Parts: sequence; C-alpha cells; structure tokens
Amino acid sequence: MKWRGFSVARWWSVVLKEFLQLRRDRITFGMIIGLPIVQLALFGFAINTDPKHMPTALVIADHSEFSRSYVAAMKNSEYFDIIGELPSEEAGRAALARGEVQFVLNVPAGFTRDLLRGDKPALLVEADATDPMATGMALSAVAQLGQYVARRDLTGPLATLRGGEPPFEVRVHRLYNPEGNAQFNTVPGLMGVILTMTMVMMTGLAMTRERERGTMENLLATPVRPIEVMTGKIVPYVAIGLIQASIILLAAYFVFQVPFAGSLIAIYLAALLFIAATLTVGITLSSLAQNQLQAMQLTMFYFLPNILLSGFMFPFRGMPQWAQYIGNVLPLTHFNRLIRGILLKGSGWADLWPSIWPLLLFPVVVMGIALRFYRRTLD
Amino acid sequence: MNADAGELAIDVRGLHKHFGDKHVVNDVSLQVRRGEIFGFLGPNGSGKTTSIRMMCGLLTPDAGSGTCMGYDIVRQADEIKRHVGYMTQKFSYWEDLTIRENLDFVARIYEMPERRALVDRTLEELGLASRAEQLTGSLSGGWKQRLALAACLLHQPKLLLLDEPTAGVDPTARRDFWEELHTLAARGISVLVSTHYMDEAERCHKLAYIAYGRLLAQGTAAEVIARQNLSTWTIEGDDLMALSQRLRGQPGVDQTVAFGAALHVSGRDGAQLETTLRDAVAGSSLRLAPADTSLEDVFIYMMGRSADNFGAQS
Repeated sequence: MKWRGFSVARWWSVVLKEFLQLRRDRITFGMIIGLPIVQLALFGFAINTDPKHMPTALVIADHSEFSRSYVAAMKNSEYFDIIGELPSEEAGRAALARGEVQFVLNVPAGFTRDLLRGDKPALLVEADATDPMATGMALSAVAQLGQYVARRDLTGPLATLRGGEPPFEVRVHRLYNPEGNAQFNTVPGLMGVILTMTMVMMTGLAMTRERERGTMENLLATPVRPIEVMTGKIVPYVAIGLIQASIILLAAYFVFQVPFAGSLIAIYLAALLFIAATLTVGITLSSLAQNQLQAMQLTMFYFLPNILLSGFMFPFRGMPQWAQYIGNVLPLTHFNRLIRGILLKGSGWADLWPSIWPLLLFPVVVMGIALRFYRRTLD
Repeated sequence: MNADAGELAIDVRGLHKHFGDKHVVNDVSLQVRRGEIFGFLGPNGSGKTTSIRMMCGLLTPDAGSGTCMGYDIVRQADEIKRHVGYMTQKFSYWEDLTIRENLDFVARIYEMPERRALVDRTLEELGLASRAEQLTGSLSGGWKQRLALAACLLHQPKLLLLDEPTAGVDPTARRDFWEELHTLAARGISVLVSTHYMDEAERCHKLAYIAYGRLLAQGTAAEVIARQNLSTWTIEGDDLMALSQRLRGQPGVDQTVAFGAALHVSGRDGAQLETTLRDAVAGSSLRLAPADTSLEDVFIYMMGRSADNFGAQS
C-alpha cells in the first residue's frame, strides 16, 4: 500500500524493529512499567500537603483540669501527636532544635489561677517553622482550639468567663523562620536536589562510558583494583560538587537573603558528606547499567523518590510511615535536615548527629554493593 | 617471575568456555616457548579472542587449566596482568587523551619507576615523539596501533598477547609492525598474535589454527602443511570458474580455490588427483602445473572439513 511515497510495509518494518529492540532492553522496559507505578504510589499515597499527627511535646508547669482538657483537644484535632512531657522550656527548645518534635506546648505556672482571676493568661505554642507548609494548618488550628475548650470547660460559676473575649490567649512562636518565608526552606533544600541530580548523573555515566568505548577491557587487563577505579573516578566530582554548593550558597545569601545561623565550616562538611554519599550512588548505578542510556534512566529513577520523599517538596511528617521509612534511607532527606538545621536553626554537632551518621553509613553500604557488581573479568 | 616457569611462556591444557549454550572454546591446548612468535589463526568467531582472554585472566575457563609466564591463569590473574602485555582487538585507549597522556596513565597504573623518562623513551623508540601531544581520537589506524603496542610494552612484559593487532592497518604499517615483533622476539619476549593474514602467519615461528572453538593444527608452518598431506596443482587459462564447478566432486579433487588468474586444486590422493586433472585439461588451452601446497590451501581445506564435522552442531 503506497500513499504519496509513504510505504506502509516500510513503516511497519520500522515499528517491528523498535518493538524488538525495546523488548531486549530490560531496564527501559522495567522503567516503562515501574515509573508509573512508583509515581502513582508516591503522589497518590505518600504526598500530603496538610500533614497531621506531628510530634508534639508538652511542658506543663500547671497541671489542672484545664490543661488536660486543652491537650485532649489538641489530640482530637489530629494535627498533634503528643509524644511526652518535658521538664522545662529549655528542654522543649532543645527537642525542637534536634528536630525530634515539631511543636511544644508550654502551660506556664499559675495558668489556672490567673485564668480564674480573669487575668487572661497565655498558653505558648512553639513551632519549628523551617518548613512553613508543614506547620501552617496546625498553627491556625491552635487558636480555634482555645475558643472551643473555653466554651466547653467553663461551666457553672465560671460561665461568666465565657463571654465574648476568650479568657486566655494562645501565643504562637514560629521559631527559625518567623515570617514563614517559603524561600528560606526551599533554597537550602535546592542545594541537595541540584547536587543529587548532577552528581548521580555524571558518575552514572562514568563506568558505562568506559564500557561503551571498549576501554573497560583495557582497564581490566591492568593490575588496577576495582576500589581504585571507583573511588578514583569519584574524586574529580567531589571538587565539582563543592563548586556547585558554593554557587548555591552565594545565591542563597545574596539573592534570597536566607539567614546563615550556623557555621560555614559545618555547611561545607555536611555538603562534603552528602556529595560523597551521592557519588557512590552514581558509581553503583553506573556499574549496574549496561550503557549510558540505562544509566540516565536509573538516575531519573533514583531522582524521583529523592524529590518527593526527602521533605524537599512536601512536608516529611505529612507522609505515611512507610514513605517515611523510605525517605529515611535517602541521603537527601538527611542532608535537607542538616542544611536547614545549620542555616536556619544554627544547630550544633550534637543536634545534627542523628542526620550525620546515616550519611556516613550510606556510602559504605552502597560502595559495598557497587564492588560486588564490579566484574573483574569479562564473564 | 616464577623460577620454575621453565621453557614455556604459555602452557594451557583443555580450555573450555561456554557462552549460554554455545561452546565457544572446545578443548584448546597451547604451548608457546619463550622468545617465540606464535601465530593464532582462525576465522571470525572461531574462539581466538575468547582463548586469549582466558590466557590473560580476563575470562574464567569453564574447564581446563594452565599457566602464563608460570602463573596460574585462574588463581593468579593479578600476577599475569602485571607480567603480560595484552593488546585488545578493538582499540581500547582513551581517545580524549593525547598519546603522552595515555602512556603516562598506563605507566602510573603499573607503578613504573622513573615514569617520565620511561614515557619519553617509549615515545622515542616507537617513533611517536612528534605526535605525543596529539589527541588519540584523531589518529589513523596505523598510529593507533603503534600507540597500543607502545602502551602494552610499557611495563616491560616478557609475554605479549596481541589480538588481531593489524586489522585495518595498511601494508607498510603492517610490515613495520612485524619488524618490531621480530626485534622484540630477538630480545627474548614471547608473542602470541592472532591474525587473519596468511603472509603474517608465515612470519610466525609457530602456528595454531582454530575453527568452531577447536584447535585443528599446531606446529611450524612446514609441519602444519605437511601434516595435511595435500597435493596441489595450479591451472591457468580461460573460464576457470566453469572448470572449478566441473572439477568439484570428481575423484581425487577435495578442493578448488581461485587465486587471481590461477585455480588451485588440492586433494589427499595425489595420484588420483593428477589423473583427473590431466583428463580435464586434455585437448584444451589450459596450462596445468604441480605446485607447493600453501598455508592458505591448507587452512581453507581444514575450514571446510571442520565445517562438515562440527559446524552443524555448534
């Protein structure tokens, strides 16, 4: 059948050839099936822009019917999971700095007494507001809870306090990012995202390039050891990564005016750890992939959960438990915590340690996998 | 180097290798003496490259054992890599590096002492000095091959494994290359070289011929030819193709091969062959003359026979 020089038979031969080639390219085929499933699972189930059940600590200096009632109301709102009581306001601040809790409720001493006197005492809710998206909805709920509790609990002779004005105040302290500036959260996060993208992609191509150009056989025929090849290939990219990090930091400081609360040395050490972890991923994907195209696809496949589950784009605490488990395996999650902690909270080493050790462990494990897959022979 | 390595640079026995259900190398045994140039011949896909890769530790044999420069090919691959120079069939140096950078990299990998001087000397010896700063990717085939040889000699190996080093190289460069090989052999370096070219086969001290993964012959060129016990005649004249068709299958005729203006006819039964041929040319203008059986005649003959025996099953 021909139509203006278009031969259906010829066209069909191209279609068949593409199908045959596609069928032989296992990884591409896997991506075709795998990507939509993974995307659906992540976007459909894991992502939640209205996070609930966020860990909340209590600092209660005045135990009374009333404080219990307020706490119960917080629980009922589903935004807050009460994880325990802390002895002092300082202990509450420390828990916020370490990122163990998102909120701390302070009930000051003499709260009930002042309330009954009609002195309008204040409850204090402190929030880790580094990610404004994570805390926004919960904080607007906090104020309404006051109204509700007052109306329900002030009965009998106290009913007079129920009148128009609420009998107590709920003060909210947004720590670390008082204006709720989204850029303060996004720009440091972008650093990890950009590094993930470029580091994994560049090293991902490193081994496959040798294989495709036939130079791998030459390398294998020399006494050079796998660990020497792999770590040797990584080093130049560490330098590139640090340059990229510097560019982003300069932009963060001068263009976006992100506060630099912590030390620059800590920032660079965190970046170095993260770059090393990310490069080992790249080199591992590279030794798994058969060619450069597959290496690129694997890079994308790695990139996707990093963007969605690391707390970069969507609040980490809004994700279901299983997604948080996955997120906690990704180096980007820990780096985001580190960089936001250092820049916005000015966290010290003790506060950062929970995110440092995973970044130390990660490259060791991944490198082990890479070395297992590195073939010393051509078998 | 191992003290008990003895006379043999390569000594492998009963090598087997399968890729999937293909038996690529089937019971190959080879002995190469020190200082010998050993030619490894066979058609494409006959298992030459696979055999060489097993000898230098790049592939693990499914069965069989052996030594290279006295080191076990299965257990001492690292030692072999240090003492053997291997030149891959496909050019495998870095095209985005210059000649000097490539040699420098190789010298560093082998941790050679006085690296700079060594690289300079190597560039000089192989006539690469004038192009040292040129990117390897822009070199012609002959220069690339020179670089590859220089690079695999850099760590001063006592054994060279060369996998079709002269494929795609012009005749002059090929001749120079073989001069170089003979110089090396005179210095006591052993060379195993695979090739398709008959003229190159004749420049080797010893030969082995492999087809369908099996070793069909091994020895000096004269031994290989004599062992097949072929008689060969040449016929010159017009319309040789038609004659060739007619002769095939006639008593005594095992093979007819066109060589330019002449037809080579070979057979095991010399007397019967002569009778058949004399009858065939009788009364025509064709000129018939006895000839020496060449290596090429022998190899074509062995190829044909091995195709009949093993070709179908492999």
